[in-house]
Amino acid sequence: MKILAKAGVSALALTLALSAAAQAEDVEVLHWWTAGGEAAALNVLKENLAGQDIGWKDMPVAGGGGEAAMTALRARVTAGDPPTAVQMLGFDILDWAQQGEVLADLNEVAAAENWDAVIPAAIQKFSKPDGTWIAAPVNVHSTNWVWANKAMLDEMGIAEPTTWDEFIAALQKVKDSGKVALAHGGQPWQDATIFDSAVLATGGPELYTKAFIDLDPAALNSPEMVQAFDKMTQLRGFVDDNFSGRDWNLASAMVINNEAAFQIMGDWAKGEFLNAGKVPGTDFLCFRVPGTAGVVTFNSDEFVMFKQGDDAAKQAQNAMASAIESPEFQIAFNKVKGSVPARTDVADTDFDDCGKKGMAQLKEASEKGTLLGSMAHGHANPAAVKNAIYDVVTAHFNGEYDSTQAAEELANAVEAAQ
Amino acid sequence: MASVHSTAEPDFRTKLQDWLPKLVLSPSVAAMVVFVYGFIVYTIYLSFTDSKMLPSYDWVGFKNYATLFGLSAWSTALVNLAVFASLYIVICMAIGLLLAIFLDQKIRGESVLRPIYLYPMALSFIVTGTAWKWFLDPGIGLEHTMHLWGWESFKFGWIKDRNMAIYTLVIAAVWQSSGFVMAMFLAGLRGIDNEMLKAAQIDGASNWQLYRRIVIPLLRPAFMSAFVILAHLAIKSYDLVIALTGGGPGRATELPATFMYSYTFTRNQMGVGAASAVIMLMGVAAVMVPYIYSELKEKK
Repeated sequence: MKILAKAGVSALALTLALSAAAQAEDVEVLHWWTAGGEAAALNVLKENLAGQDIGWKDMPVAGGGGEAAMTALRARVTAGDPPTAVQMLGFDILDWAQQGEVLADLNEVAAAENWDAVIPAAIQKFSKPDGTWIAAPVNVHSTNWVWANKAMLDEMGIAEPTTWDEFIAALQKVKDSGKVALAHGGQPWQDATIFDSAVLATGGPELYTKAFIDLDPAALNSPEMVQAFDKMTQLRGFVDDNFSGRDWNLASAMVINNEAAFQIMGDWAKGEFLNAGKVPGTDFLCFRVPGTAGVVTFNSDEFVMFKQGDDAAKQAQNAMASAIESPEFQIAFNKVKGSVPARTDVADTDFDDCGKKGMAQLKEASEKGTLLGSMAHGHANPAAVKNAIYDVVTAHFNGEYDSTQAAEELANAVEAAQ
Repeated sequence: MASVHSTAEPDFRTKLQDWLPKLVLSPSVAAMVVFVYGFIVYTIYLSFTDSKMLPSYDWVGFKNYATLFGLSAWSTALVNLAVFASLYIVICMAIGLLLAIFLDQKIRGESVLRPIYLYPMALSFIVTGTAWKWFLDPGIGLEHTMHLWGWESFKFGWIKDRNMAIYTLVIAAVWQSSGFVMAMFLAGLRGIDNEMLKAAQIDGASNWQLYRRIVIPLLRPAFMSAFVILAHLAIKSYDLVIALTGGGPGRATELPATFMYSYTFTRNQMGVGAASAVIMLMGVAAVMVPYIYSELKEKK
């Protein structure tokens, strides 16, 4: 049976691998950063490696969340021909780490460059499971941001809200003026992204940790969770009728084009604002979702290294890992991507106001222990559980459940998915 | 001499003639056995294992099936399939038959009209889905256009309504397939013996009676083929849903195929995904087996 499977999968992999007859000193990189800015940022890494005579075999698999890329990767690994490095997120990394001997060991590079000290512990949980460095973190995105249209707020006399109630009052004021208050795209992951913040604003890091990281049934079906769902109902009242199925960047465009006042979205939204020629602080505001100050929910793109056969390939792999963690690449890449560097000892001089804010808050949260993996982006629990939570959150947001039912369903769904 | 040879061993040429078809066919048969039937068996096997992210071979019995039928998403998917498949098949056949009958009236320009109706079939479901997604979107499509033209009260927001979204799938799928069904019925109509119709007309049958009593019953094989093709298209429809609604709003347009993909490849629950694939296979078999059986019986 196993032979049969391998034959089939390798035939599948053959078509994917035809272009990838890599030389020993090349690195082959599977990623889904195909958008203009992302590709430009990867060039920095490419050039660094080219300076060390290491070739770059690009294996881009398009598709935002990387689902297609992960399917391609499975085929390659099952066929015994893994790429050098693969862009990956959160629990996908841990799932691969559990598959036994397929991942490389980067401890040597990590020790030489002192990664243990400069990379926040919350991120090491993913890049260094069981004490072995298997991945090089590229960036840290954080997801509890609000992006606001400054001109619109000034016109209506709305100050930057600092508490949840002020936020709701501000949303109401915008709604009363006839504009869309909250730009949102009704896709399950986007609903879950704002749910991250709703839970934090209700029960703080304690509820968040108990519910999403410990998966405690009592916390999942608690009165506080019902309140968190009530917050979702409140927010649902401020989105336009046409929200469902809209892509996140179209929602950002609504804020950019003065059609909507606020958007709750991760810091990749900043790229859309910058591309539209907007300046942080003067044209748009970035601030943490009111009620979640001091906490940072993150997701982190990492290059997971797969075990290579010969020494030359291993050398190239180590060089690549080292290049990724170099401050120059961290700065160049994250400036474009909207995220902040994965190491906390990088100078923030080259970053814009939002970037500086993000870096300072990341450092602070990391020291206080309030740097939490984002549930919505697969950094709090495994894919099966994450998707089970998505199901309930999106069903509630679309009116299938009331808040009490939703909390019950949440506990059931998480239990069933474990 | 030839006659001497023919009584003994057949010569090389004859042998080759015997073997050539088998030789030519064998690679494709082998490929089919492995890549279709082999993987069907493999999937069935996986559905009884605890496979999560990668295939694993630890036997867990019917556990995946129990999980599957306990999932509310799977029951949603089955109900959606029932609604979608029955409407899709019935409406496609009705429109297809009507178009075929109209086109069969020896009208001028038939050769132009036929490809116009048939053409949507040339588009993939993903294109159909994307086009209809834009057309049905209240913000940019039909509703928006009507508002621009001055009909302010016009409302058509089905695609954003979780109770109605499944019907937008039916609209797009019917648009895509009914021309093809028309072509099948048209071929059937052209195959009917004119003498029989003339005889009935002489006996004083009206047009309505002609179609109801003679033509439609004679189209039985065409109905059967259309049903089989539409039914399996409905069961395996995936790309249309992904392009049109992405399974939303919420999870309102989840179908078994989208369920299977998401559990196998994005939720790391390959065992449950394989179980749902097996159930889908059984659904297709429930359609195909009686059909093949009746086809074989007619040949006798």
